[in-house]
Amino acid sequence: MPAGLPHTPLHPRWYRRRMPIFWWAHQWVHARFILRELTSVFVAAYALVLLAQVRALEQGVVAYTQFQEWLRTPAVLILHAVALLFVLFHSITWLRLAPRALVVRLAGRRLPDSALVAANYLAWGVCSAAIAWFVLVP
Amino acid sequence: MSVLRKSREPFWWALFGAGGTLAALFIPIHLFLAGFAIPLAWVSPPSYENLLTLLAHPLARLYLFALISLSFFHWAHRFRFTLYDGLQLKHLNLLIAAICYGSAMVGTFAAGLTLVTM
Repeated sequence: MPAGLPHTPLHPRWYRRRMPIFWWAHQWVHARFILRELTSVFVAAYALVLLAQVRALEQGVVAYTQFQEWLRTPAVLILHAVALLFVLFHSITWLRLAPRALVVRLAGRRLPDSALVAANYLAWGVCSAAIAWFVLVP
Repeated sequence: MSVLRKSREPFWWALFGAGGTLAALFIPIHLFLAGFAIPLAWVSPPSYENLLTLLAHPLARLYLFALISLSFFHWAHRFRFTLYDGLQLKHLNLLIAAICYGSAMVGTFAAGLTLVTM
C-alpha cells in the first residue's frame, strides 16, 4: 500500500467501469448481436399486422379491401421491406443455431452440423411452400 | 450457491424458443405474400371468399393463434434481455419483465378474441 493514503476500516468500493449505453455500436460483431436481438421487434410487429388482417377479413369485404389499399401505400411498403429483411435475418440466424442446441446421432455417429442446418432450411422451404399453396391455390 | 429456488425462467424460455422456431419457419412467407405478392398482384390474388373459407377452418385458426401468440412471447423474452444487456437497464429488471410479458399476454388475449369468436 502506498504511503500517504489514509487507512479506512470500510470496505473499498468496487471499481466498476460503467458501460456506455451504445457499447455495442462500435464493433460489427456486437452491432450484429443487437440487430439479431431486434429482429424480435419485427417478428412481433408483423404478428400484429397479421392479426389486423384477420380482423379485416372477419369484418367484411369492405374492411378487407380497405386493408389491401393500406398495404399498397408507399410508407407501408417500405416498412414491410425493412421488416422482411429483419425477419429473414431472424430465420437465417435461428435456423443456423440448431446444431448448437441439439446433437443428433444416426447409427451411432454424430450428424454433422451442416446436415442439421440443411434439414432446417429444407423445413423452411416446405413450410413456405405449404402456406403459399394454402393461400394461393383456390 | 446451494439454494435451489424454483425459477420461472425455463417457462419463458420455452415460449421464446417455440415462438422463435414458428416465426423463423412461417413469418417470412406470410410477410412476402400478404405484404407484397398479393397487394401488388405479383400473383393472382386469392378472392375474399376463398380466404374467408380458409379462415373458417378450425386448424387454420389454431395455427394463426399459435403463430401470433408465440411470436409475441418470442419478442417479449428477447426484447427483455436486449433492454437488460443492450441498454444496461439491469436495475429495472422487474418492471421490464412485467411490461414485456404483460404486452405478450394482452396480445395473446386479443388474438384469442379475434380467432375464437367470429
